[in-house]
Amino acid sequence: MSYSDKVLDHYNHPRNVGSLDRNDPNVGTGMVGAPECGDVMKLQVKVDEMTGVIAEAKFKTFGCGSAIASSSLATEWLKGKTVDEALAIKNTDIVNELSLPPVKIHCSVLAEDAIKAAISDYKKKQDQRKPVEARA
Amino acid sequence: MKTPIYFDNHATTPVDPRVVDAMLPYFTTRFGNAASRNHSFGWEAEKAVDDARKKIADLIGATSKEIVFTSGATESDNLAIKGVAEMYAEKGNHIITAATEHKAVLDTCKKLEKHGYRVTYLPLKADGLVDLDMLRESITDKTILITIMYANNEIGVIQPIAEIGKLAHEKGILFHTDGVQAVGKVPVNMIKDNVDLMSISAHKIYGPKGVGALYVRRKSPRVQITAQMDGGGHERGMRSGTLNVPGIVGLGEACAICHREMAEESKRLSYLRDKLKNKLETELDEVFINGSMEHRLPHNLNMSFAYVEGESLLMGINDVAVSSGSACTSATLEPSYVLKALGVGDDLAHTSIRFGLGRFNTEEEVDYVANRVIEVVRKLRELSPLYEMAKEGVDLSKVQWAAE
Repeated sequence: MSYSDKVLDHYNHPRNVGSLDRNDPNVGTGMVGAPECGDVMKLQVKVDEMTGVIAEAKFKTFGCGSAIASSSLATEWLKGKTVDEALAIKNTDIVNELSLPPVKIHCSVLAEDAIKAAISDYKKKQDQRKPVEARA
Repeated sequence: MKTPIYFDNHATTPVDPRVVDAMLPYFTTRFGNAASRNHSFGWEAEKAVDDARKKIADLIGATSKEIVFTSGATESDNLAIKGVAEMYAEKGNHIITAATEHKAVLDTCKKLEKHGYRVTYLPLKADGLVDLDMLRESITDKTILITIMYANNEIGVIQPIAEIGKLAHEKGILFHTDGVQAVGKVPVNMIKDNVDLMSISAHKIYGPKGVGALYVRRKSPRVQITAQMDGGGHERGMRSGTLNVPGIVGLGEACAICHREMAEESKRLSYLRDKLKNKLETELDEVFINGSMEHRLPHNLNMSFAYVEGESLLMGINDVAVSSGSACTSATLEPSYVLKALGVGDDLAHTSIRFGLGRFNTEEEVDYVANRVIEVVRKLRELSPLYEMAKEGVDLSKVQWAAE
């Protein structure tokens, strides 16, 4: 299989590789996929408390080049977006941007799932936090 | 040293220039039909075919009359299995094979199941070898054929062929082996190995694509097969069709070269293979060999690089041609069924790479490939959430994965 230039670029120069502190209340972590399926994506966002904008996004991915590229691209797109804007990212946007062939569409679906999982984790943490703050 | 480097010699091999030289006249000046009995063009072609037959027979400890030419090993497997099933249908309807066979054998057996035959697919031991006790127990009074490959195309594991053949003969059962990966690489002898039928391919031994052979034993027992291709009655009625004379000459020459050079070449290749293996094992943690190292082809290495998905590794070493057991590199979206049959988990199967060394590979190439693999595995592990978790002491087998 040949890869698009954009997939190759993300594979050769992955953006925002790394990990954020998963215990930080402003960090949302999403981990999707399974080793048995050949894909595991960990995607993390750190939201600025004052502005509600995603200040940092990091990923680590076990998977094929298209999975790595999809998650790398997702972190690029996440930065600077609000949480709600982030949820609007669709897997088809990733497919189009990276010119993924049909057999690699699941990689983009996984990236969308990872975004949703990270945001949902962040929201859950925020919800748990509110009553505590209210009491304080 | 030139790139890309070809380390996928189980898939196919380049044609040896000496083989090309032997073939060339049979395309142009000596173009006769080997079945033309009444002029010199035909006689010349027939002689070339006879010479090739002798060279193949010599390599595998057979006689010329036991060699039937085909279009390749897939056809040979089909002819052997279907041909025996049809010929001996009155004697029984049970066939025994193994889960790690090539698709040409497995799918042929599946086809026969649709026609009322019963097939036992033996599981393998963790090292990839057939369990002889299990084989013995699966034999019934209806068993007519055992078909077990000589050496596996993914993991290079060599089966105890002589013992399987002995067991088959004790029970009066015919024994077919797909010899594609073993012939020309390790000593193979039809008498000592108790083999009744064996498939051979030219393009795996530095010969041309599109030609192969089936060994069919003539004595004790005299094996009969029903032809699967009808026509002019070529190859003593077992395989009709005008002989591919240049291809056959190429197969013969390829066998003669393997015969002459095998002893030295296998030493050279096992040295290179071991060097590759040792270097990877020394420089990288958590790498695993798939299949027995003891019973193995000298030029095969199949290794899993934990936490690094195979296709992404291939992408990183894009100037090296190897193959992976990862689902992403196959058409089926399932990881290697061979590794699965050995009990290798899907997680590790996705991280496996097959290195197949060959006649034209050099030590310099081995060093280069080892370094490239080490560099890319390290890079991808930095990217791998699984490697990070493993290093933090998380037991990955106990994690609840949010798989789709």
